[in-house]
Amino acid sequence: MASISFEGVAHSYERKPRGDRDYALKTLEMTFENGGAYALLGPSGCGKTTLLNIISGLLRPTRGRVLYDGRDVTGLRPAQRNIAQVFQFPVIYDTMTVAENLAFPLRNRGLDRATIGRRVHEVATMLELENVLGQRAAGLTADQKQKVSLGRGLVREDVAAVLLDEPLTVIDPQLKWLLRRKLKEVHARYNHTFVYVTHDQNEALTFADRVVVMYDGSIVQVGAPQDLFERPLHRFVGYFIGSPGMNFLPCHPTGDGLGIDGTDIVMGGAWFEKAAERAHARLELGIRPEHLQALATADGDTVPARILRVEDLGNYKLVTAMLGPHRLFAKVPEGQEIGNENTNLRFPPARTRLYADGELLV
Amino acid sequence: MEKPTNNAAWLFVIPVVLLVAFNAIMPLMAVVNYSVQDIFGPGQAYWVGTEWYKEVLGDKRLHEALWRQFLFSGLVLLIEIPLGVLIALAMPRRGWAVSLVLVVLALPLLIPWNVIGTIWIIFTRPDIGLMGYTLNSFGIPFDHTASPLDAWITLMLMEVWHWTPLVVLLAYAGLKAIPEAFYQAAAIDGASAWKVFRYIQLPKMRGVLTIAVLLRFMDSFLIYAEPFVLTGGGPGNATTFPSIYLVKVALGQFDLGPAGAFSVIYFLIVLLFSWLFYQVLQNVGKRSAR
Repeated sequence: MASISFEGVAHSYERKPRGDRDYALKTLEMTFENGGAYALLGPSGCGKTTLLNIISGLLRPTRGRVLYDGRDVTGLRPAQRNIAQVFQFPVIYDTMTVAENLAFPLRNRGLDRATIGRRVHEVATMLELENVLGQRAAGLTADQKQKVSLGRGLVREDVAAVLLDEPLTVIDPQLKWLLRRKLKEVHARYNHTFVYVTHDQNEALTFADRVVVMYDGSIVQVGAPQDLFERPLHRFVGYFIGSPGMNFLPCHPTGDGLGIDGTDIVMGGAWFEKAAERAHARLELGIRPEHLQALATADGDTVPARILRVEDLGNYKLVTAMLGPHRLFAKVPEGQEIGNENTNLRFPPARTRLYADGELLV
Repeated sequence: MEKPTNNAAWLFVIPVVLLVAFNAIMPLMAVVNYSVQDIFGPGQAYWVGTEWYKEVLGDKRLHEALWRQFLFSGLVLLIEIPLGVLIALAMPRRGWAVSLVLVVLALPLLIPWNVIGTIWIIFTRPDIGLMGYTLNSFGIPFDHTASPLDAWITLMLMEVWHWTPLVVLLAYAGLKAIPEAFYQAAAIDGASAWKVFRYIQLPKMRGVLTIAVLLRFMDSFLIYAEPFVLTGGGPGNATTFPSIYLVKVALGQFDLGPAGAFSVIYFLIVLLFSWLFYQVLQNVGKRSAR
């Protein structure tokens, strides 16, 4: 078990990287605390897998150092780093039985038979594989194969971290939650550092204590699921997490508040001063559909909007409304009146954020 | 529940049936027909039953040709399959060198078979051939037209040079199809290069290697053109393989009956061994896991 730190790590797949654009992973400073359950979340091509492979040592970073518990491991091979890694597609040794698969890493290290047998049995029991130990691994189902590849990592007692690269991609939907629960169970029992790569926000938010959101080779926010939802530090986090994502309204400072671009509407509020400091930046108001209120009757702090569409999604209604030229989503509780053609939107100040050039201002 | 029937489906099946019939079944039946008759000329054929089969099975020269053939095909498989896999493992996986190596490797496969024989005749000639002249000038007598051993060495060199590239291409395709994650997992599990080969590369190549073994066995067992051009079956009968003998009997002596009987036996041997190889290679991994 170990805490994993990145010191100025950057990686490029080009042989001679020139500009920032050539880097798949921009310079990172980051520490994964010992025993934490982390999720690396981001769209395809954002550098998640690159980051994971640098942790495991499959990739050597172009720049920077990787530390395990303060010890520099940048130059060590994956086997020397002693990590477990589960890949997107199950990797098993076809010609071996499940037991031989699980024993493989230990045999490669030359451990004695008794120890190997004990460890294999323990891990198989933990992963509920004891019934298939004697079977050929090639004949297993996809979820069992993923358990075997996880087990090959876990058999080593002193494993530094468990790395998972979208491990549920090929698992049947009804089995996904079972395997995910198993992963949580393994984490709770052994308290290894878990790093889980995914582009699925549900997986990330349900699995991890700390979610690392990545975008275009950089880490944009590290936080608990709640933080990411309530206070996205970057407009990308707001947009990427949530379904639908955060609403953004381009705006500009005017005499006594923030004018919404393309309308006559001016929003008053505490953020005015901050916004004035960054008058040349691209300013946007951000609010989650869950927090935006759509009301049938106007009052002092609402703004009028035109209803484009209302979708009934069972336990709530998804309202699509046009505020001037801007399209906004609002999730409205079942049974609440929203008006017929027009509605009145309220932006609760405590839930409304202001972004300058994509970064959180207020 | 009754299966739906649609007679239009026959339209899709009939072309294949006709093709196979003209290509394989009818010629084979013609051969079977010859093998049970004594044919003197058009319209003059007499039923002889299993007479030719008895004669052929007792023919000493055919026995010799068959054993020669087994030795040859055995050597071909023993040399070409491991060598092909080794070369495939040593080949570059990416970059400009890949296309270069592939083109160079494929060259022998593109040369007509009779030309191959001619190339090697010239190459090994003691008076002007690069290989023959060089060996002789070092004091090693080498002449494939005089010494049976030299004829076999030349034949094997030619065969390996000609057909190993096919095994390489198949093995290389098999290697390229292995996802990167397998190598990454092996690196994490601390597997040695030998174990990566034994537990990842070899099992993943099983399919293509089965095809390679079958193709090389069938082709080498039926070999005709190259030794015919190179040695004509000699010196003596040292390189007379069944196909060469068969042509002599059928077209040289016009003994269609014995030739037909032997063709049927020849065909059954190839079929039997191909089936055996297939069964063994399909099950080899499954048994070792028990």
